[in-house]
Amino acid sequence: MDVLTGNLTRLAAVNPDTDAEIIARWSRDSQFWRLAHTEPAWPVAPAYVKRKLDEDPIERPRFAIRTLTDDRLIGLIGLYTIFQAQREAFMGIQIGEREFWGKGYGTDALRVLLRYAFDELNLLRVSLSVLEGNERAARSYEKCGFCLEGRERHAWAYDGRRWDEIYMGLLREEWQALGKED
Amino acid sequence: MLTEQLFEGKTIRLAPPDAERDAETISKWSHDPEYLRLLSADIAKPLSPFQVKKQYEEWEKDAEKHNAFNFAIRLKEDDRLLGFARLYRIEWTHATGSLQIGIGDRNDRGKGYGTEALRMLLRYAFDELNLYRLAAPTVEYNTGAIRFLERAGFVVEVRRRQAVQRDGRRWDAVMLGLLRDEWKREA
Repeated sequence: MDVLTGNLTRLAAVNPDTDAEIIARWSRDSQFWRLAHTEPAWPVAPAYVKRKLDEDPIERPRFAIRTLTDDRLIGLIGLYTIFQAQREAFMGIQIGEREFWGKGYGTDALRVLLRYAFDELNLLRVSLSVLEGNERAARSYEKCGFCLEGRERHAWAYDGRRWDEIYMGLLREEWQALGKED
Repeated sequence: MLTEQLFEGKTIRLAPPDAERDAETISKWSHDPEYLRLLSADIAKPLSPFQVKKQYEEWEKDAEKHNAFNFAIRLKEDDRLLGFARLYRIEWTHATGSLQIGIGDRNDRGKGYGTEALRMLLRYAFDELNLYRLAAPTVEYNTGAIRFLERAGFVVEVRRRQAVQRDGRRWDAVMLGLLRDEWKREA
């Protein structure tokens, strides 16, 4: 079994030379940007994306999500902060190609990343946070076993109101128990 | 009042960090594992004065980008260094940030210096930087810090279950938050 291959997607190296153009195109979608970033929505040029990707430290696992059927780049996923001694990591995922929303591609990539986090990196827990109102993402995280651990109240400001940042976490033993049920 | 002092308290002062002057003292504090473990879940390790200076340079880089505001806490009476207070991870678009306070020498704890520093730092965050909310991360075992923050109006918002491993046990990472409206000015 390839630890980085799922049922619909595989996690591949990000190639700044070929992928920057596609990732830059996603930044024109401001609604997507708000779900994926905390910085203000901002259309970025391919050269900027390429420079950012080139600066990415090698020890921080960040992957391109590619479809198994036609090897198309549809999103990014990664463990962006790893607390080595605590064996905890924060994860993030974004599906930039809207036609792949709500079809199980994100959940599939998420399952692959969790297997990598627990079976390859031997982490004890994976953490994440999600913007209040991002129901699609929250449902996907719950499907993978994450549970609600709290909310940072009014952490974000958009459209004249404040929104909570919802924290979720998954322990290694919870993830292992899920595997046995399947 | 616009003319009221922001950096001069009753017994303490918030001063600019001065690594040249203070590196020896801060290095000494970093040899106390209890201090380091109460301060954060980061790996505890002693720092040489040289390493302290390097760390302060890193903090200053954030300060230059205005993503952080770092202060030394000094005793007014004799200008002695007591600890540090800082606002960091500031997100201007959302008017949010995090805070951290440390009193280095255990003989200086429990004397109200931290409480005074917290009151002044909150005033700076809300009245000068105009932040909307602040977060403060700590660990389940640091019940002193949780009580200290709750007295100023902070509430526990998030518990990352079993996120910290220490002495063969797993502890929750506790995240507290304070909104400007809930801030107890005089606490």
